[in-house]
Amino acid sequence: MAKKSYRAAINDALRSEMRRNPDIIILGEDVAGGQGASGEVGGVGSVFGVLGGLYKEFGPTRVIDTPISESAIIGAAAGAALTGLRPVAEIMFVDFVGVCFDQIYNQTAKFRYMFGGKAKTPMVIRATIGAGFRAGAQHSQSMHPLFTMIPGLKVVMPSNAYDAKGLLLEALRGEDPVIYLEAKTLYDKEVEVPDEAYRIPFGEANVLREGKDVTIVAFGPMVPRALAVAQTLSKDGISIEVVDPRTTSPLDEDTILDSVEKTGRLVLVDESPPRCSLASDVAAMVAEPPRQGLRAVPVHRNNEAVRVRRPRHSLVGAADGQPGQSGQHGKY
Amino acid sequence: MQMSRDELKRAYTRLFRIRAFEERVVKEFAAGKIPGFAHVYLGQEASGVGVCHDLTDKDLIGSTHRGHGHCIAKGCDVKGMMLEIMGKAGGLCGGKGGSMHIADLSKGMLGANAIVGGAPPIAVGAALTQKYKKTGCVSIAFSGDGASNQGTVFEAMNMAVVLKVPAIFIFENNGYGEHTAASYSVGGGSIADRARSFGMPAEVVDGVDFFAVHEAMSRALDHCRPGTGPYALEIRCYRFMGHFVGDPQAYRTQDELKEARAHDPLPLFRKKVTNAKLLDGMELDAIEETVLAEVEDAAQTAIAAPLPDIKSLETDVYAHY
Repeated sequence: MAKKSYRAAINDALRSEMRRNPDIIILGEDVAGGQGASGEVGGVGSVFGVLGGLYKEFGPTRVIDTPISESAIIGAAAGAALTGLRPVAEIMFVDFVGVCFDQIYNQTAKFRYMFGGKAKTPMVIRATIGAGFRAGAQHSQSMHPLFTMIPGLKVVMPSNAYDAKGLLLEALRGEDPVIYLEAKTLYDKEVEVPDEAYRIPFGEANVLREGKDVTIVAFGPMVPRALAVAQTLSKDGISIEVVDPRTTSPLDEDTILDSVEKTGRLVLVDESPPRCSLASDVAAMVAEPPRQGLRAVPVHRNNEAVRVRRPRHSLVGAADGQPGQSGQHGKY
Repeated sequence: MQMSRDELKRAYTRLFRIRAFEERVVKEFAAGKIPGFAHVYLGQEASGVGVCHDLTDKDLIGSTHRGHGHCIAKGCDVKGMMLEIMGKAGGLCGGKGGSMHIADLSKGMLGANAIVGGAPPIAVGAALTQKYKKTGCVSIAFSGDGASNQGTVFEAMNMAVVLKVPAIFIFENNGYGEHTAASYSVGGGSIADRARSFGMPAEVVDGVDFFAVHEAMSRALDHCRPGTGPYALEIRCYRFMGHFVGDPQAYRTQDELKEARAHDPLPLFRKKVTNAKLLDGMELDAIEETVLAEVEDAAQTAIAAPLPDIKSLETDVYAHY
């Protein structure tokens, strides 16, 4: 079986499914690239090159460059999905959902429920997540906890090329709106990926490595890191089980609980800020009600850098126009 | 005025159906029969009916929080609507939508939308479907003067021009966005000028006159059906009631309310068709009588109908989970 990169696997899934289903269209910023310019159209294929060659094969009616207008991108995708197409909309960086969030959680995710089950919105929103490029605070976030709490939306976080293809094909053949979060740091990582189409069901976690001492549940780009840690610590005689949930909505609770029941210890590794996160959510799920055999309180390791500190005495001096003293800090 | 007598009767039926339906909504809201909020379309009837008069079920509309009139103009069943507004099981959305989320996809009604400025991007997507599938049909976004200030609406207008989709932007300027006058909130004063600046033809239309709206809409449809790009109408009309049913309206003087009610689209329609001897008063009265009975039946049925089963709270969230 040939090895393919995460990027190539996503491209592969889109290309094969677009050949099979004429209702699939792609829309977003620079999904082709070069429209209206003096040179070649279609040479960009999305900011990280994931859509390379698709414009050439499917043309401007199916690979649609839009203005930089995220609300109109997601809204148009929702309207097209509601009326019989199956759009794949791209939000270049997940950090940009702030300007179109209404269209995601009030529109796309709500139609089916609000209209009593008579509407469907089969669409996929692709977005890139994660730090690792030193790209600053507005191009490095992982917003999956925000999406996971939205009823009506499914949330997919592939951690390797094989899953990337199978999960995307599942999304493209389902009837629900899906947000598909691509880890920027994984685009060049290769694993064996079959050429033919295959689907990975949502809500089925993958136990990537079996162990008996401690369970690590890691999300998206943190999965390869968890595996590396497990490999390193195995030399010290610590046997680590690594669980990749693959989708956070639906979440495979049983596989996580079964693993923790076996190992008695849980470490959660996630890139999003700690409060109200997948890590805190899974930690709570595991700890409550108390589980037989749990030998330690679950630990979750989020990105501590974003545990923002606030000054305790910020109002001191404010009355006379002096800036607040911030010498003493406390974690909240 | 080139409509047949049957067409004129259909138009008056819809105008009066909205009037009677909304007056009944006001009454039942006061009686505690309607949960949540209700925003009625009284005074704006000629806009919705004029816009939708020549549409088929394959032409699509997206509506607003003030959407009952658009539903009726698009042909939605009033009994299904009243059941929905009262949150009853037999409603058009099974009682899950309520006043602000009535939808009937079989009639090309893509849903009322309670987020001001929420519908135009969706209507652009529906127009994209029309273009992609080469249907020759259009997609219409109803918005108000309030929504004309939302960034989503600007994005949608620009996207419609860029993608050359058959979208028609209807801005019903009823003078108020919630409790703030459009004369205060719409910078520059003209919504039609904003639409033009995005590169689409736009007209300002007298929304009290059904025939003026219909004629402008005919031009919009002629422009859009071939799929060459969008069109916009700023329809100037009057909101007879407050923002929501029960709004005390301290922000409007009695003189202004009296002046608004003088611009009533229904008597104007009657006057025009009877003066032209196209329909007589008795024929119009007969339409009113039929519609009143229909609305009475809808209200009685809805009041007596059961609430949805509690289990339905958790259904229809996903197709499959």
